[in-house]
Amino acid sequence: MQEINWIALSVFVLLFGLITWLGFAAANWRKGDLDLLHEWGLGGRRFGTVVTWFLVGGDVYTAYTFIAVPALAFGAGAVAFFAVPYTIVIYPFLFLVFPRLWNVCRKHGYITSGDFVRGRFGNRWLALAIALTGIIATMPYIALQLVGIQVVVGALGISGTGLGADLPLVIAFGVLAAFTYSSGLRAPASIAIVKDILIYVTAFAAIIVIPIELGGFGKIFAAVPPEKLLLAVPGPNTTGAYGSYATLALGSALALFLYPHSLTGILSASSGHAIRRNAAMLPGYSFMLGLLALFGFFAIAAGVAHLPEYAAGFKQFGNNFAVPALLLHSFPSWFVGIAFAAIGIGALVPAAIMSIAAANLYTRNIHREFINRNPSDRQESQNAKWVSLIVKLGALVFIIFVPTQYAIQLQLLGGIWIIQTLPSVMLGVYTRWFNDWALLLGWAAGIFAGTAMAVAVNLKPAYPLALGGHTFPGYIAVYTVLLNLVLVVVLTPLFNALRTRRVPLDQTAAADYFA
Amino acid sequence: MNNGDARSGRWSWWYLLFVVQFVAVLWPPFYNSLEPRWMGIPFFYWYQMLWVIISAVFTAVIYLATRD
Repeated sequence: MQEINWIALSVFVLLFGLITWLGFAAANWRKGDLDLLHEWGLGGRRFGTVVTWFLVGGDVYTAYTFIAVPALAFGAGAVAFFAVPYTIVIYPFLFLVFPRLWNVCRKHGYITSGDFVRGRFGNRWLALAIALTGIIATMPYIALQLVGIQVVVGALGISGTGLGADLPLVIAFGVLAAFTYSSGLRAPASIAIVKDILIYVTAFAAIIVIPIELGGFGKIFAAVPPEKLLLAVPGPNTTGAYGSYATLALGSALALFLYPHSLTGILSASSGHAIRRNAAMLPGYSFMLGLLALFGFFAIAAGVAHLPEYAAGFKQFGNNFAVPALLLHSFPSWFVGIAFAAIGIGALVPAAIMSIAAANLYTRNIHREFINRNPSDRQESQNAKWVSLIVKLGALVFIIFVPTQYAIQLQLLGGIWIIQTLPSVMLGVYTRWFNDWALLLGWAAGIFAGTAMAVAVNLKPAYPLALGGHTFPGYIAVYTVLLNLVLVVVLTPLFNALRTRRVPLDQTAAADYFA
Repeated sequence: MNNGDARSGRWSWWYLLFVVQFVAVLWPPFYNSLEPRWMGIPFFYWYQMLWVIISAVFTAVIYLATRD
């Protein structure tokens, strides 16, 4: 059994203590009335370009990403690098679509995508569908962040049996829940700054030190089995690995900013300009993610999978242990403490934002719409605070009692589900041509077809679509959102013709979408 | 009221730069090869990393060009 690494553990605990203090102190940062939902849940929409950069960066490039992408490179090779084109093509969407959404949301006090759709299309059932999709897609995502903490805690040598083994996770969760409750979005925003500095220090130290230790990049890539270095060239009559690589990147990019936590991060910016500037600055994180993907190859070259001291870790966490093992193998204990703290804290930032985003959705688009139509400001923010606790508790229970594999599979389905909100949210920003019931039906068809396709391929992201003797393996989210769109376009004129009651009012005006 | 493309939400020719980066990174036949290597890194990897930088520069150019 691995022994406890006391030096690394001390550094880890020290940094964790620092951010705990910071999380609570954040309540007083750019002070606002936390009894207002937009203050608690959006930080008062006051974050400038730099804070938004840290916040969205910490939100989108999560701890789990930093563990899972290199783990995929370690296990499957070149395919893992789809994360790079993915995080390149998200930014044109961020640049073009989201400043408009920001403007209209601020103008009307919208806090969630459900709020926007409700105002734009005047259909509370469509808004409910958007909100439920967001909440359900977010839950397994939070659970996966806790997996990130589990892996680094395990790598620090803390192990046990039964509930004792989960104690560190429960403590981390308690800290997270408490500061999110008391400080709202200000907590992850301030912690993100510390966490991102730690992550950058780790990534750049590793990208310089480890290749030197291993004798250069040439040697590292020579150690990787050749079939893992490139995508498999497609055979005749199929787009093969090329098709799935490109559609995975594109589909993931389209889905990303539809996730409630991404939107919460964007809406908390202080202006549309801050968002546009960030579209040019956030690729800094993409670059780091690419470097981190290479860590999977470093781990192969360092041979950590065959070292007896890491056997237990690999047995417990699988390929997700590759990066922690590589860091333990390559760095002195104190630096390992910093790196692991970066990953552990890196899990808390998105987990906090995700729980806030889910709470906002529940409060605005379910509770307010269907249970209490006229809450006071205080009731509304109190409601959101409690829901954020429940959401996190759900994620914690899930990760302790349910195999990690289920969380991963649910997260995969979550991506396919959340993209079905694209016509209502992203296209809704540009046009109100769509019929609201057509949007709802397209959404339902996309969810149903996406789930069926994913189940048919044993919960893998790519489905081999067969058309006229050719096979097009591709990301299910892309295929099903196309189906969704076609249905919406076909059904819109039909439903408009059938509409007996008057067309619901669009609360938004064309000018609301601009600064 | 005609103060800039981004503000009025109208089309700007500068947006074509976005299309360039889409094509460059979403068409794997362009870059699925080992050679030419750079510092021992296969083309597949450094090409995509390079495009992270190029796309950020493009976005900055578009931002400056379409700003008011």
